[in-house]
Amino acid sequence: MRLKDAGITVVAPVLFTVLLFALWEAGCKLFAVAPTVLPAPSAIWAAYLQFQKPIIENSLYTLWNTLIGFAIATVFGLLLGIAVGWHKAVYAAIYPVLIGFNSVPKVAVVPVLILWFGVGAVPAIITAFLISFFPIVVNVATGLATTEPELEDVLRALGASKTDILWNVGLPRTMPYLFASLKIAITLAFVGTVLSETVAANRGIGNVMMIASGNFDVPLVFAGLFILAILGVGLYAIFSLIELKVTGWAQRKTEFAMV
Amino acid sequence: MSPRSDAPILVRLDDVTMHYGRGRDAIQAIDTVSLDIRKGEFIAVVGPSGCGKSSLMKLISGLHPASSGFVTVEDRPVKGPLKSVGMAFQASNLLPWRTVVDNVLLPLEIVQPHRSKIRRERAAYKAKAEALLAQVGLAGFTDKFPWQLSGGMQQRTSICRALVHEPDILMLDEPFGALDAFTREELWCALRDIQQARGVTVMLVTHDLREAVFLADTVYVMSNRPGKIVKAQPIDLPRPRDLDVTYTQPFQDLVHELRSHIGGKH
Repeated sequence: MRLKDAGITVVAPVLFTVLLFALWEAGCKLFAVAPTVLPAPSAIWAAYLQFQKPIIENSLYTLWNTLIGFAIATVFGLLLGIAVGWHKAVYAAIYPVLIGFNSVPKVAVVPVLILWFGVGAVPAIITAFLISFFPIVVNVATGLATTEPELEDVLRALGASKTDILWNVGLPRTMPYLFASLKIAITLAFVGTVLSETVAANRGIGNVMMIASGNFDVPLVFAGLFILAILGVGLYAIFSLIELKVTGWAQRKTEFAMV
Repeated sequence: MSPRSDAPILVRLDDVTMHYGRGRDAIQAIDTVSLDIRKGEFIAVVGPSGCGKSSLMKLISGLHPASSGFVTVEDRPVKGPLKSVGMAFQASNLLPWRTVVDNVLLPLEIVQPHRSKIRRERAAYKAKAEALLAQVGLAGFTDKFPWQLSGGMQQRTSICRALVHEPDILMLDEPFGALDAFTREELWCALRDIQQARGVTVMLVTHDLREAVFLADTVYVMSNRPGKIVKAQPIDLPRPRDLDVTYTQPFQDLVHELRSHIGGKH
Protein backbone atom coordinates (compact mmCIF):
# COMPACT_ATOMS: atom_id res chain seq x y z
CA MET A 1 0.00 0.00 0.00
CA ARG A 2 2.74 2.40 1.05
CA LEU A 3 4.84 1.49 -1.99
CA LYS A 4 1.90 2.02 -4.27
CA ASP A 5 1.27 5.47 -2.77
CA ALA A 6 4.91 6.43 -3.26
CA GLY A 7 4.67 5.19 -6.83
CA ILE A 8 1.78 7.52 -7.48
CA THR A 9 3.22 10.60 -5.75
CA VAL A 10 6.73 10.28 -7.22
CA VAL A 11 6.46 8.44 -10.51
CA ALA A 12 3.32 10.17 -11.83
CA PRO A 13 4.63 13.77 -11.73
CA VAL A 14 8.08 12.77 -13.07
CA LEU A 15 6.51 10.83 -15.89
CA PHE A 16 4.18 13.68 -16.77
CA THR A 17 7.01 16.26 -16.80
CA VAL A 18 9.28 14.08 -18.93
CA LEU A 19 6.44 13.40 -21.34
CA LEU A 20 5.66 17.09 -21.63
CA PHE A 21 9.26 17.98 -22.51
CA ALA A 22 9.54 15.09 -24.94
CA LEU A 23 6.43 16.29 -26.77
CA TRP A 24 7.75 19.83 -26.79
CA GLU A 25 11.12 18.73 -28.21
CA ALA A 26 9.50 16.48 -30.80
CA GLY A 27 7.04 19.20 -31.81
CA CYS A 28 9.80 21.76 -32.34
CA LYS A 29 11.86 19.28 -34.43
CA LEU A 30 8.90 17.96 -36.40
CA PHE A 31 7.46 21.31 -37.42
CA ALA A 32 10.89 23.03 -37.65
CA VAL A 33 9.79 25.84 -35.31
CA ALA A 34 12.20 28.78 -35.41
CA PRO A 35 14.21 29.08 -32.14
CA THR A 36 13.26 32.80 -32.00
CA VAL A 37 9.61 31.76 -31.73
CA LEU A 38 9.71 28.69 -29.50
CA PRO A 39 13.08 27.14 -28.71
CA ALA A 40 13.23 23.40 -28.08
CA PRO A 41 14.14 22.27 -24.51
CA SER A 42 17.54 21.12 -25.77
CA ALA A 43 18.28 24.65 -27.09
CA ILE A 44 17.17 26.15 -23.75
CA TRP A 45 19.49 23.77 -21.90
CA ALA A 46 22.34 24.75 -24.25
CA ALA A 47 21.67 28.44 -23.59
CA TYR A 48 21.71 27.73 -19.86
CA LEU A 49 25.07 25.94 -20.09
CA GLN A 50 26.52 28.78 -22.15
CA PHE A 51 25.47 31.50 -19.69
CA GLN A 52 25.55 29.40 -16.55
CA LYS A 53 27.57 31.79 -14.40
CA PRO A 54 25.60 35.01 -15.01
CA ILE A 55 22.31 33.12 -14.85
CA ILE A 56 23.09 31.66 -11.45
CA GLU A 57 24.47 34.93 -10.08
CA ASN A 58 21.47 36.93 -11.20
CA SER A 59 19.03 34.25 -10.07
CA LEU A 60 20.49 34.29 -6.60
CA TYR A 61 20.17 38.07 -6.55
CA THR A 62 16.50 37.78 -7.56
CA LEU A 63 15.93 35.00 -5.05
CA TRP A 64 17.43 37.09 -2.27
CA ASN A 65 15.28 40.14 -3.07
CA THR A 66 12.21 37.93 -3.31
CA LEU A 67 12.85 36.39 0.08
CA ILE A 68 13.34 39.79 1.73
CA GLY A 69 10.11 41.11 0.20
CA PHE A 70 8.33 37.92 1.16
CA ALA A 71 9.62 38.04 4.75
CA ILE A 72 8.35 41.60 5.14
CA ALA A 73 5.02 40.57 3.61
CA THR A 74 4.71 37.66 6.05
CA VAL A 75 5.33 39.78 9.15
CA PHE A 76 3.20 42.66 7.93
CA GLY A 77 0.44 40.37 6.62
CA LEU A 78 0.31 38.42 9.86
CA LEU A 79 0.07 41.57 11.99
CA LEU A 80 -2.50 43.23 9.76
CA GLY A 81 -4.46 39.96 9.54
CA ILE A 82 -4.55 39.73 13.33
CA ALA A 83 -5.70 43.35 13.55
CA VAL A 84 -8.44 42.81 10.97
CA GLY A 85 -9.56 39.54 12.57
CA TRP A 86 -9.35 41.05 16.06
CA HIS A 87 -12.18 43.51 15.84
CA LYS A 88 -15.10 44.18 13.53
CA ALA A 89 -14.31 47.90 13.54
CA VAL A 90 -10.78 47.37 12.23
CA TYR A 91 -12.15 45.00 9.62
CA ALA A 92 -14.77 47.53 8.51
CA ALA A 93 -12.25 50.35 8.44
CA ILE A 94 -9.44 48.65 6.56
CA TYR A 95 -11.08 46.20 4.21
CA PRO A 96 -12.32 48.54 1.45
CA VAL A 97 -8.94 50.24 1.18
CA LEU A 98 -7.19 46.88 1.21
CA ILE A 99 -9.29 45.54 -1.64
CA GLY A 100 -8.91 48.76 -3.59
CA PHE A 101 -5.17 48.59 -3.11
CA ASN A 102 -5.03 44.97 -4.19
CA SER A 103 -6.96 45.79 -7.36
CA VAL A 104 -4.28 48.23 -8.52
CA PRO A 105 -2.03 46.46 -11.06
CA LYS A 106 1.42 46.39 -9.52
CA VAL A 107 3.00 47.03 -12.95
CA ALA A 108 1.59 50.52 -12.64
CA VAL A 109 3.22 51.02 -9.25
CA VAL A 110 6.74 49.97 -10.24
CA PRO A 111 7.58 53.19 -12.16
CA VAL A 112 6.55 55.21 -9.12
CA LEU A 113 8.76 53.10 -6.88
CA ILE A 114 11.69 53.56 -9.25
CA LEU A 115 11.03 57.29 -9.23
CA TRP A 116 11.19 57.27 -5.43
CA PHE A 117 13.99 54.80 -4.76
CA GLY A 118 15.97 54.70 -7.99
CA VAL A 119 16.94 51.63 -9.98
CA GLY A 120 18.12 48.81 -7.75
CA ALA A 121 17.05 46.23 -5.21
CA VAL A 122 14.60 48.43 -3.25
CA PRO A 123 11.83 48.70 -5.87
CA ALA A 124 12.05 44.93 -6.49
CA ILE A 125 11.76 44.13 -2.78
CA ILE A 126 8.86 46.52 -2.32
CA THR A 127 7.02 45.16 -5.36
CA ALA A 128 7.47 41.62 -4.09
CA PHE A 129 6.11 42.74 -0.72
CA LEU A 130 3.15 44.66 -2.18
CA ILE A 131 2.04 41.84 -4.42
CA SER A 132 2.31 39.07 -1.83
CA PHE A 133 0.98 40.41 1.47
CA PHE A 134 -2.69 40.51 0.51
CA PRO A 135 -3.46 36.77 0.55
CA ILE A 136 -1.71 36.50 3.91
CA VAL A 137 -3.88 39.22 5.45
CA VAL A 138 -7.09 37.74 4.09
CA ASN A 139 -6.30 34.20 5.20
CA VAL A 140 -5.14 35.12 8.69
CA ALA A 141 -8.20 37.31 9.20
CA THR A 142 -10.49 34.52 7.98
CA GLY A 143 -8.85 32.01 10.30
CA LEU A 144 -9.38 34.27 13.28
CA ALA A 145 -12.89 35.34 12.36
CA THR A 146 -14.09 31.74 12.09
CA THR A 147 -13.17 30.77 15.66
CA GLU A 148 -16.14 28.93 17.16
CA PRO A 149 -18.13 31.31 19.40
CA GLU A 150 -18.87 28.53 21.92
CA LEU A 151 -15.18 27.90 22.33
CA GLU A 152 -14.68 31.60 23.00
CA ASP A 153 -17.48 31.41 25.59
CA VAL A 154 -15.79 28.47 27.30
CA LEU A 155 -12.60 30.50 27.63
CA ARG A 156 -14.27 33.81 28.41
CA ALA A 157 -16.22 32.18 31.21
CA LEU A 158 -12.85 31.24 32.68
CA GLY A 159 -11.82 34.86 32.66
CA ALA A 160 -9.59 34.58 29.60
CA SER A 161 -8.55 37.88 28.07
CA LYS A 162 -8.74 38.49 24.34
CA THR A 163 -5.00 37.93 24.15
CA ASP A 164 -5.38 34.57 25.94
CA ILE A 165 -7.97 33.48 23.41
CA LEU A 166 -5.84 34.70 20.51
CA TRP A 167 -2.80 32.89 21.81
CA ASN A 168 -4.42 29.60 22.83
CA VAL A 169 -7.05 29.24 20.16
CA GLY A 170 -7.05 31.94 17.49
CA LEU A 171 -3.47 31.70 16.28
CA PRO A 172 -3.06 27.91 16.41
CA ARG A 173 -6.23 27.35 14.46
CA THR A 174 -5.17 30.02 11.94
CA MET A 175 -1.91 28.25 11.13
CA PRO A 176 -3.34 26.09 8.32
CA TYR A 177 -4.83 29.22 6.75
CA LEU A 178 -1.52 31.05 7.13
CA PHE A 179 0.48 28.31 5.44
CA ALA A 180 -2.00 28.00 2.61
CA SER A 181 -1.49 31.71 1.99
CA LEU A 182 2.31 31.55 2.32
CA LYS A 183 2.45 29.03 -0.51
CA ILE A 184 0.51 31.44 -2.71
CA ALA A 185 2.44 34.46 -1.47
CA ILE A 186 5.91 33.04 -2.19
CA THR A 187 5.08 32.47 -5.86
CA LEU A 188 3.50 35.92 -6.05
CA ALA A 189 6.61 37.46 -4.51
CA PHE A 190 8.63 36.08 -7.43
CA VAL A 191 6.23 37.68 -9.85
CA GLY A 192 6.75 40.99 -8.04
CA THR A 193 10.55 40.92 -8.08
CA VAL A 194 10.81 39.88 -11.72
CA LEU A 195 8.16 42.40 -12.69
CA SER A 196 10.18 45.20 -11.15
CA GLU A 197 13.42 43.88 -12.67
CA THR A 198 11.94 43.81 -16.13
CA VAL A 199 10.78 47.43 -15.85
CA ALA A 200 14.08 48.82 -14.66
CA ALA A 201 17.05 47.14 -13.03
CA ASN A 202 20.67 46.46 -13.74
CA ARG A 203 20.81 43.05 -12.08
CA GLY A 204 18.55 40.07 -11.51
CA ILE A 205 17.13 37.33 -13.67
CA GLY A 206 14.35 39.61 -14.92
CA ASN A 207 16.99 42.02 -16.17
CA VAL A 208 18.87 39.17 -17.87
CA MET A 209 15.69 38.16 -19.64
CA MET A 210 15.00 41.72 -20.80
CA ILE A 211 18.48 42.01 -22.27
CA ALA A 212 18.22 38.57 -23.87
CA SER A 213 14.88 39.39 -25.46
CA GLY A 214 16.36 42.67 -26.75
CA ASN A 215 19.01 40.55 -28.49
CA PHE A 216 16.39 38.08 -29.80
CA ASP A 217 18.13 35.41 -27.71
CA VAL A 218 14.86 33.60 -27.04
CA PRO A 219 16.49 30.38 -25.70
CA LEU A 220 18.15 32.46 -22.98
CA VAL A 221 14.81 34.12 -22.13
CA PHE A 222 13.32 30.66 -21.73
CA ALA A 223 16.26 29.56 -19.62
CA GLY A 224 15.41 32.45 -17.28
CA LEU A 225 11.75 31.41 -17.20
CA PHE A 226 12.77 27.89 -16.28
CA ILE A 227 15.01 29.08 -13.47
CA LEU A 228 12.07 31.06 -12.07
CA ALA A 229 9.76 28.07 -12.33
CA ILE A 230 12.28 25.84 -10.58
CA LEU A 231 12.85 28.37 -7.78
CA GLY A 232 9.07 28.73 -7.37
CA VAL A 233 8.52 24.98 -7.12
CA GLY A 234 11.46 24.65 -4.71
CA LEU A 235 10.19 27.31 -2.30
CA TYR A 236 6.65 25.98 -2.54
CA ALA A 237 7.96 22.55 -1.57
CA ILE A 238 9.92 23.98 1.37
CA PHE A 239 6.80 25.69 2.71
CA SER A 240 4.74 22.55 2.22
CA LEU A 241 7.26 20.68 4.36
CA ILE A 242 7.21 23.31 7.12
CA GLU A 243 3.42 23.32 6.92
CA LEU A 244 3.33 19.58 7.47
CA LYS A 245 5.59 19.90 10.50
CA VAL A 246 3.69 22.77 12.09
CA THR A 247 0.07 21.98 11.21
CA GLY A 248 0.16 18.22 10.80
CA TRP A 249 -2.98 18.04 12.93
CA ALA A 250 -4.95 19.69 10.15
CA GLN A 251 -3.89 17.06 7.61
CA ARG A 252 -4.94 14.08 9.66
CA LYS A 253 -5.35 10.64 8.24
CA THR A 254 -2.59 11.00 5.68
CA GLU A 255 0.98 11.52 6.83
CA PHE A 256 -0.01 12.36 10.35
CA ALA A 257 -2.06 9.27 11.13
CA MET A 258 -0.65 7.32 14.04
CA VAL A 259 -1.12 3.80 12.74
CA MET B 1 -38.08 17.53 48.59
CA SER B 2 -34.63 16.91 47.21
CA PRO B 3 -31.90 15.70 49.54
CA ARG B 4 -30.04 19.00 49.09
CA SER B 5 -32.83 21.29 50.21
CA ASP B 6 -30.89 22.35 53.30
CA ALA B 7 -27.66 23.24 51.45
CA PRO B 8 -26.76 26.94 51.18
CA ILE B 9 -27.89 28.84 48.12
CA LEU B 10 -25.16 29.24 45.52
CA VAL B 11 -26.92 31.06 42.69
CA ARG B 12 -29.90 33.36 43.07
CA LEU B 13 -31.83 34.98 40.25
CA ASP B 14 -34.24 37.63 41.45
CA ASP B 15 -36.77 38.98 38.95
CA VAL B 16 -34.24 38.90 36.14
CA THR B 17 -34.96 40.19 32.66
CA MET B 18 -32.48 40.07 29.83
CA HIS B 19 -32.32 41.57 26.34
CA TYR B 20 -30.04 41.14 23.37
CA GLY B 21 -29.24 44.44 21.69
CA ARG B 22 -30.41 47.87 22.71
CA GLY B 23 -33.23 50.29 22.08
CA ARG B 24 -36.08 49.41 19.75
CA ASP B 25 -34.25 46.50 18.10
CA ALA B 26 -33.68 44.79 21.42
CA ILE B 27 -34.94 41.24 21.66
CA GLN B 28 -36.14 40.14 25.03
CA ALA B 29 -34.74 36.72 25.82
CA ILE B 30 -35.70 36.29 29.46
CA ASP B 31 -38.69 37.64 31.33
CA THR B 32 -38.75 38.09 35.12
CA VAL B 33 -37.11 34.85 36.09
CA SER B 34 -36.53 34.07 39.75
CA LEU B 35 -34.84 30.89 40.88
CA ASP B 36 -32.38 29.57 43.44
CA ILE B 37 -29.75 26.95 42.89
CA ARG B 38 -28.41 25.33 46.04
CA LYS B 39 -24.86 24.20 46.44
CA GLY B 40 -24.47 20.71 45.03
CA GLU B 41 -27.89 20.78 43.41
CA PHE B 42 -28.44 19.44 39.91
CA ILE B 43 -30.94 21.55 38.02
CA ALA B 44 -32.20 21.07 34.51
CA VAL B 45 -33.83 23.71 32.34
CA VAL B 46 -36.14 22.47 29.61
CA GLY B 47 -38.32 24.26 27.13
CA PRO B 48 -39.09 24.75 23.45
CA SER B 49 -36.43 25.81 20.95
CA GLY B 50 -35.20 29.36 21.31
CA CYS B 51 -36.92 29.94 24.64
CA GLY B 52 -33.89 31.47 26.28
CA LYS B 53 -32.41 28.42 27.99
CA SER B 54 -28.92 29.20 26.77
CA SER B 55 -29.40 32.87 27.64
CA LEU B 56 -30.04 31.82 31.22
CA MET B 57 -26.64 30.15 31.15
CA LYS B 58 -24.93 33.23 29.79
CA LEU B 59 -26.59 35.26 32.49
CA ILE B 60 -25.39 33.11 35.37
CA SER B 61 -21.88 32.67 33.99
CA GLY B 62 -21.58 36.44 33.62
CA LEU B 63 -21.09 36.36 29.86
CA HIS B 64 -24.11 38.59 29.33
CA PRO B 65 -25.54 41.18 31.73
CA ALA B 66 -29.15 41.29 32.95
CA SER B 67 -31.20 44.30 31.90
CA SER B 68 -33.05 44.31 35.20
CA GLY B 69 -33.18 42.25 38.37
CA PHE B 70 -30.32 40.70 40.28
CA VAL B 71 -28.05 37.74 39.67
CA THR B 72 -25.93 36.73 42.63
CA VAL B 73 -23.49 33.88 43.06
CA GLU B 74 -22.45 33.17 46.65
CA ASP B 75 -24.26 36.40 47.65
CA ARG B 76 -22.07 38.49 45.35
CA PRO B 77 -23.64 40.23 42.35
CA VAL B 78 -22.40 38.89 39.01
CA LYS B 79 -20.69 41.66 37.09
CA GLY B 80 -18.44 39.85 34.62
CA PRO B 81 -17.31 36.36 33.65
CA LEU B 82 -17.08 34.07 36.66
CA LYS B 83 -13.99 31.97 36.93
CA SER B 84 -15.81 29.43 39.04
CA VAL B 85 -17.79 28.19 36.05
CA GLY B 86 -17.09 25.32 33.71
CA MET B 87 -18.98 25.07 30.44
CA ALA B 88 -19.62 22.42 27.82
CA PHE B 89 -21.79 22.62 24.72
CA GLN B 90 -23.43 20.40 22.13
CA ALA B 91 -20.29 20.56 20.00
CA SER B 92 -17.30 19.34 21.97
CA ASN B 93 -15.16 22.25 20.71
CA LEU B 94 -11.93 20.42 21.41
CA LEU B 95 -8.75 21.87 19.98
CA PRO B 96 -7.63 19.54 17.18
CA TRP B 97 -3.94 20.35 17.64
CA ARG B 98 -3.95 19.22 21.26
CA THR B 99 -4.14 15.70 22.64
CA VAL B 100 -7.06 14.73 24.84
CA VAL B 101 -5.18 15.39 28.08
CA ASP B 102 -3.79 18.70 26.81
CA ASN B 103 -7.30 19.75 25.86
CA VAL B 104 -8.44 19.04 29.40
CA LEU B 105 -5.53 21.06 30.75
CA LEU B 106 -6.50 24.16 28.76
CA PRO B 107 -8.56 25.87 31.50
CA LEU B 108 -5.66 25.48 33.92
CA GLU B 109 -3.50 27.50 31.57
CA ILE B 110 -5.95 30.36 31.90
CA VAL B 111 -7.43 30.32 35.41
CA GLN B 112 -5.39 31.49 38.39
CA PRO B 113 -3.77 30.23 40.56
CA HIS B 114 -3.08 27.26 38.26
CA ARG B 115 -1.96 29.49 35.45
CA SER B 116 1.22 30.59 37.16
CA LYS B 117 1.94 27.10 38.50
CA ILE B 118 1.24 24.88 35.53
CA ARG B 119 4.61 25.35 33.86
CA ARG B 120 6.49 24.14 36.88
CA GLU B 121 4.01 21.52 38.02
CA ARG B 122 2.82 20.23 34.68
CA ALA B 123 3.39 16.59 35.60
CA ALA B 124 1.20 16.87 38.71
CA TYR B 125 -1.54 18.66 36.80
CA LYS B 126 -1.34 16.12 34.04
CA ALA B 127 -1.78 13.30 36.52
CA LYS B 128 -4.85 15.05 37.89
CA ALA B 129 -6.35 15.47 34.42
CA GLU B 130 -5.63 11.83 33.63
CA ALA B 131 -7.38 10.76 36.81
CA LEU B 132 -10.39 12.83 35.82
CA LEU B 133 -10.42 11.29 32.35
CA ALA B 134 -10.17 7.83 33.88
CA GLN B 135 -13.27 8.66 35.94
CA VAL B 136 -15.31 9.04 32.75
CA GLY B 137 -13.80 5.93 31.18
CA LEU B 138 -11.13 7.49 28.98
CA ALA B 139 -8.09 6.03 30.71
CA GLY B 140 -6.40 4.65 27.60
CA PHE B 141 -7.14 7.63 25.37
CA THR B 142 -5.40 10.55 27.02
CA ASP B 143 -2.68 10.85 24.39
CA LYS B 144 -4.97 10.49 21.39
CA PHE B 145 -6.08 13.43 19.31
CA PRO B 146 -9.76 14.44 19.36
CA TRP B 147 -10.44 13.22 15.83
CA GLN B 148 -9.36 9.74 16.86
CA LEU B 149 -12.22 9.56 19.37
CA SER B 150 -15.90 8.82 18.85
CA GLY B 151 -18.47 11.57 19.37
CA GLY B 152 -19.36 10.28 22.83
CA MET B 153 -15.72 10.18 23.89
CA GLN B 154 -15.18 13.72 22.61
CA GLN B 155 -18.13 14.86 24.69
CA ARG B 156 -16.72 13.11 27.78
CA THR B 157 -13.46 14.94 27.17
CA SER B 158 -15.33 18.21 26.84
CA ILE B 159 -17.03 17.62 30.20
CA CYS B 160 -13.67 16.85 31.81
CA ARG B 161 -12.33 20.09 30.41
CA ALA B 162 -15.24 21.90 32.06
CA LEU B 163 -14.50 20.21 35.40
CA VAL B 164 -10.72 20.21 35.62
CA HIS B 165 -10.37 23.55 37.40
CA GLU B 166 -12.88 22.41 40.01
CA PRO B 167 -15.56 25.00 39.24
CA ASP B 168 -18.42 25.67 41.64
CA ILE B 169 -20.91 25.43 38.81
CA LEU B 170 -20.90 23.15 35.80
CA MET B 171 -22.99 24.51 32.94
CA LEU B 172 -24.00 22.13 30.22
CA ASP B 173 -25.82 23.38 27.14
CA GLU B 174 -27.43 20.39 25.44
CA PRO B 175 -24.22 18.43 25.86
CA PHE B 176 -25.65 15.16 24.58
CA GLY B 177 -27.84 16.58 21.83
CA ALA B 178 -25.73 15.30 18.96
CA LEU B 179 -25.25 11.76 20.27
CA ASP B 180 -27.18 8.60 19.50
CA ALA B 181 -29.66 7.32 22.08
CA PHE B 182 -27.43 4.60 23.56
CA THR B 183 -24.35 6.76 23.86
CA ARG B 184 -26.52 9.43 25.41
CA GLU B 185 -27.72 7.10 28.15
CA GLU B 186 -24.15 6.01 28.77
CA LEU B 187 -23.14 9.62 29.23
CA TRP B 188 -26.08 10.31 31.54
CA CYS B 189 -24.61 7.71 33.84
CA ALA B 190 -21.11 9.13 33.48
CA LEU B 191 -22.40 12.58 34.35
CA ARG B 192 -24.48 11.23 37.24
CA ASP B 193 -21.45 9.46 38.70
CA ILE B 194 -19.05 12.33 38.34
CA GLN B 195 -21.52 14.77 39.85
CA GLN B 196 -22.05 12.37 42.73
CA ALA B 197 -18.33 11.98 43.26
CA ARG B 198 -17.50 15.67 43.15
CA GLY B 199 -20.64 17.23 44.55
CA VAL B 200 -20.46 19.95 41.91
CA THR B 201 -23.48 22.14 41.24
CA VAL B 202 -24.83 21.47 37.74
CA MET B 203 -27.07 23.44 35.46
CA LEU B 204 -28.13 21.35 32.48
CA VAL B 205 -29.94 22.89 29.55
CA THR B 206 -31.69 20.27 27.47
CA HIS B 207 -34.54 19.42 25.12
CA ASP B 208 -34.78 15.93 26.46
CA LEU B 209 -37.30 15.59 29.28
CA ARG B 210 -36.19 12.04 30.17
CA GLU B 211 -32.64 13.29 30.48
CA ALA B 212 -33.78 16.14 32.73
CA VAL B 213 -35.86 13.91 35.01
CA PHE B 214 -33.21 11.21 35.21
CA LEU B 215 -30.40 13.56 36.21
CA ALA B 216 -31.84 16.55 38.00
CA ASP B 217 -33.01 17.40 41.49
CA THR B 218 -35.19 20.17 40.12
CA VAL B 219 -36.45 20.69 36.58
CA TYR B 220 -37.45 24.16 35.41
CA VAL B 221 -39.75 24.49 32.41
CA MET B 222 -39.44 27.65 30.37
CA SER B 223 -42.08 29.11 28.09
CA ASN B 224 -41.63 30.43 24.56
CA ARG B 225 -39.65 33.61 24.11
CA PRO B 226 -39.34 35.74 26.11
CA GLY B 227 -38.43 32.88 28.43
CA LYS B 228 -40.39 32.70 31.65
CA ILE B 229 -40.31 29.90 34.15
CA VAL B 230 -43.72 28.24 34.03
CA LYS B 231 -43.00 25.30 36.27
CA ALA B 232 -40.42 24.28 38.85
CA GLN B 233 -40.67 20.54 39.34
CA PRO B 234 -38.74 18.86 42.16
CA ILE B 235 -37.69 15.33 41.22
CA ASP B 236 -38.06 13.13 44.28
CA LEU B 237 -36.86 9.89 42.71
CA PRO B 238 -34.41 8.32 45.16
CA ARG B 239 -30.69 8.38 44.40
CA PRO B 240 -28.57 6.75 43.24
CA ARG B 241 -30.75 6.40 40.17
CA ASP B 242 -30.33 3.53 37.78
CA LEU B 243 -31.27 3.63 34.09
CA ASP B 244 -34.09 1.20 34.95
CA VAL B 245 -35.81 4.00 36.82
CA THR B 246 -36.64 5.58 33.45
CA TYR B 247 -39.08 2.74 32.79
CA THR B 248 -41.01 3.08 36.05
CA GLN B 249 -44.41 4.70 36.45
CA PRO B 250 -43.36 7.60 38.74
CA PHE B 251 -40.67 8.55 36.20
CA GLN B 252 -43.12 8.42 33.30
CA ASP B 253 -45.61 10.49 35.29
CA LEU B 254 -43.02 13.20 35.90
CA VAL B 255 -42.04 13.30 32.22
CA HIS B 256 -45.69 13.47 31.26
CA GLU B 257 -46.37 16.22 33.75
CA LEU B 258 -43.44 18.29 32.41
CA ARG B 259 -44.52 17.70 28.82
CA SER B 260 -47.90 19.21 29.55
CA HIS B 261 -46.23 22.51 30.44
CA ILE B 262 -44.42 22.80 27.13
CA GLY B 263 -46.36 24.32 24.27
CA GLY B 264 -46.59 23.11 20.69
CA LYS B 265 -49.10 21.02 18.78
CA HIS B 266 -49.91 17.54 19.99
